[in-house]
Formats: sequence, C-alpha cells, structure tokens
Amino acid sequence: MTALTDLGIAAIRNGVRDGDFSAREVAEAFNAAVAAARPLNAFLVETPDHALAAADAADQARAAGETLRPMAGVPIGMKDLFCTKGVPTTAASHILEGFTPEYESTVSQNLWNAGAGMLGKLNLDQFAMGSSNETSYFGDVISPWRRNDGGNAPLAPGGSSGGSSSAVAARIAPGATGTDTGGSIRQPAAFVGISGIKPTYGRCSRWGTIAFASSLDQAGPMARDVRDCAIMLEAMAGFDAKDATSLDLPVPNWEGQLNASLAGKRVGIPKEYRVDGMPAEIEALWQQGIAWLKDAGAEIVDVSLPHTRYALPAYYIIAPAEASSNLARYDGVRYGLRDLPDGANLQEMYARTRAEGFGDEVKRRILIGTYVLSAGFYDAYYTQAQKVRTLIARDFERAWEVCDVLLTPTAPSAAFALGEKSADPLAMYLNDVFTVPSSLAGLPAMSVPGGVDASGLPLGLQVIGKPLDEQGVLNAALAIEERAGFTARPAKWW
Amino acid sequence: MSVDTATVRRIAGLARIAITDDEAARLAPELGNILDWIEQLGEVDTAGVEPMTAVIPNHLRLRDDVVTDGGVRDKVLANAPQAEHGFFTVPKVIE
Repeated sequence: MTALTDLGIAAIRNGVRDGDFSAREVAEAFNAAVAAARPLNAFLVETPDHALAAADAADQARAAGETLRPMAGVPIGMKDLFCTKGVPTTAASHILEGFTPEYESTVSQNLWNAGAGMLGKLNLDQFAMGSSNETSYFGDVISPWRRNDGGNAPLAPGGSSGGSSSAVAARIAPGATGTDTGGSIRQPAAFVGISGIKPTYGRCSRWGTIAFASSLDQAGPMARDVRDCAIMLEAMAGFDAKDATSLDLPVPNWEGQLNASLAGKRVGIPKEYRVDGMPAEIEALWQQGIAWLKDAGAEIVDVSLPHTRYALPAYYIIAPAEASSNLARYDGVRYGLRDLPDGANLQEMYARTRAEGFGDEVKRRILIGTYVLSAGFYDAYYTQAQKVRTLIARDFERAWEVCDVLLTPTAPSAAFALGEKSADPLAMYLNDVFTVPSSLAGLPAMSVPGGVDASGLPLGLQVIGKPLDEQGVLNAALAIEERAGFTARPAKWW
Repeated sequence: MSVDTATVRRIAGLARIAITDDEAARLAPELGNILDWIEQLGEVDTAGVEPMTAVIPNHLRLRDDVVTDGGVRDKVLANAPQAEHGFFTVPKVIE
C-alpha cells in the first residue's frame, strides 16, 4: 500500500470518504513526517493537535453518516503570514516574535470550515520579502531537492513561500497555503516541482493576512497537482466583507469543471519573455509546453506585451512603497518587540525597536519605499510607476483580444544554491521577471511542473489567464500536467 | 543617481529606523544601485496615461452605519509589550 504521506489532497479526501483509511491515520502520518523533517526548517510551529482534532471531526462525521466537508480529513501547512488564533504568527520576523493573534484570518478560517486541519505554521521570507527564503529571522528553509552532481549544496526552495514549497515537495504536507505579491507562490512551486496558483486579485480575502503590498498580495494554494490546487482554492476563496477589495462573486466549482481539452482555445506566447542569459533548457521546456498545448487542441498565437521589461522596476517602486506604509504599524506599542533603552524617549523607542526587529531586506525595502514616496520624488517615482502599471495591464488586455491564456516559463532559472544570490539584492529581484507582470495586472496565474534540467532540478511553466478565469488557467495547466508526466521527486536525505 | 549617507540618514529618520554610521555607509551604494535601476521607468512615455488605482474593476461597498464589533479591549491589549489600566503604555511624551 502507498504510504499515506504520498497521497495528495484529492486522494486523501476520497480515501477518507470511502473509508479506505481514517482521517486520524492520515493526520498521524503527516504529523510524524513533519516531526522527522526538521532539518528542512520548513515549519516554524508544529500544531499536531490541530491536525488531529480536524481529523477526528472528519472521522466522527463519517461515522454519523454525514456528508463530509470538501477538505474533511486533509491536513495542510499554513504559511506563517496568516494569523491563526492562539497560534504564534511572526511573518518570520523578529519584530513579531511572541505575537499570538486573538483572531483567525479569513483564508485560514475558510479552510477550517472546509474541514482541513493544520500541521503547523510554515517558514517564509521575512514579511514575504524575498525569492529564496533566506531572509527569515528563523533561518533558511532548505529545499528537499539536491543536484544530481553528487554535491550536497543546500538549495533554495524559492520564496517567499519557501516553507510551503519545501513541505509539499518533501511530502510532509499534501498542500499548503502560499501568498503571492510578485511571484511568491509560483516561483517556489517551480523550484521544487509542485503546482501553485495565484488567483485573480480579490478572490481570496486579505483579512488577517499580514500585509506586504496590499494592491498586490493574494493568497493561493500550493499542492502536488492541478486538481489539488483547484480543491484547495475553492476552500480558500470567497467574498469577505472585512476586505474592501474582496470580490463579491460566487466561488466557481473549479474542480468539477476541470477539462484538459483545449479545443477552440488560443494560447498566446509573449515574445518579450525571452531574457538574456536564460538557460537553453528553459527555452526548450517552453517549446515543449507549446507542443503539449497544441496536442491538447489549442491554437498557438504569438503576442507582444511591449511593457514587460518595465514591470520589475515598477514593481520595485510600488511594492516597497506599499510596504513602507503597511509596516509603519510595527512600532513597539501594540504588539511584538519593544526595544526601550534606559532613558529613551518615544521616538527613540520606535527607531530602536524597528532597527532591532526588521531584517536587512525588510529595512532595504522600507527605505526604498520611504524614499520614492518622500516629498519631491513622489510623482517621478510612484505616480510614474502606477502609470506604467496601467500600461502593463493594457498590454494584457490587448493580448486577450487574440488569446485565452498565455504560456511562459515561471522563472528564469532552476533553483539556485543558498547563498548564491543573497549578496546582490538586484540579482535576487530578477528572479521574479516572469511572475511580476501578471501580479501588477491582478491576473490569475499558475506554475505547473514541466520537467527537470540537466542537474535533475525541476522547472516550471506558467499559465496566465484573463481576470476571473481561474478555470482557463487550471485547464491549460492540467493539459500540461497530463502530458509532462512529471514524477520526479527528491530523494529523502533529512 | 547617487545616494549619499546624509540622504540615507534622512530617509531612515522618516522611516523611524535607527541606523549606525557603518550601516549608512553600506546602504548608500546599495540603495543607489536599486534607484539607478528603477530610473529606467523614466524612459516610458506615460503622457495621457492615468495611474492605476484598482487592478480589477470593483465597486466600493457601503454598509449600514452600525457598530459591528468592539468590546474586546483585553484582546486588543493582549499582545502589547506593556499595558496598564486598560491602556497601551509608552515612555513619557510630555515633561
């Protein structure tokens, strides 16, 4: 029999429903796997009792003959950016160390309402700022993958949802929540060979999710395959009056309408997504992806998104600007850390607390954001970036006149080694070159594994869709998944 | 665009982040590099383009003007580094 930890979300849900195994057995198996995988540093807090309680509820519901909830008996990992009542929530920062929310985020509550249980809180880049999970105050997350060159260089799991990606790839969680501001679901999913979808901005409530850049932040699922992502996204999404940007729309039955036939669909290939220095293997995988989608019945069309090259610089104005505003709340007064030297006044307390509590990358972004919003610079930087953002969104709108989805690589490289890029902030920012444009336009976008490179490391393909067309994105991703037959998995070393 | 240490100190002051001289010296070229790179946005012709305000068309909702929460003072204070008599406490601000 297959180990229970080898099962994904759909298989666990169905197995519990059909009585093949109990939800408690599943929770116990994953709890044990989590405890045995501490060398990955994926979890900041383990919550085995939460997972067991949800499992017991599922088993009791089944015994009572009730209809099981959509994720009954499925234990998941929760990115530590979501506030969880009674469970410490830090955003992997020192400044929130010891913070224990008195409330539950809407997304996590939606998952518990759907019957899911929590294995624990997952490590991330501090305040979700990073692309390698090297900015966490609580140490790097290590990818379960290793290159096939016999070296044991620890690899980055991607970021910022690096704990989520590492945990799902290592099969210590069948699914995990992620958040995506500029690629933080899709790039880590690509780095570890799993699937992840960022829905349309506004599908998932931001209430109770620690804010980074509010006009960009969106939650989404990370799981082993497309169907599992569809199931989990259905549970996470939905209108929430507590978030002013929440979309007041019904949640579609994405899983029920999965369809890998793309007959009559047009797939756009944006020529601007070829960047200097991109490995030939990524170009080759992209071509393979095009062939797969043709095979699924799609028509391929060339499109142009002329402002693509300006997306990253615009993002690195808008996101830090919003971050500098959002992170002003960490002042040593209401929650978290306070650094108050003897005789210090209130202003000194603020400055010392923030100096002590924020990591280097967070400070860098707050300072950039403060600079671009400061008097005399606001129009030249921030207003100009928001105008460029309009142009980027317009590029996509024009593309939708001739195609239904876009296909691109997810990231310009496979996973790099920890430490390889951390000395150069700009080199790190360039990781998000393919994921940021769709974030700026608020579009649904998904990464799905396509293959491995010569080092045996996973590579992902990205599908970008029209606003609210998660179904089109999931279906194209499913067509890729069925043809890629991606079965590679990391050998267990932890 | 070059950023000098005086500018770094001014920005850090606005952001309420204490920095040492060493940090200011390290941050100046770092921030300068990043700002140099984002300068390229200046070459985009944005004449007549409205700045983005919402990525997805959405309407602002109104609700009835009634109290929907409150009465949770102890929860609000539960995570405060220092709270006394039902208030957040901070160093003395008025001599």
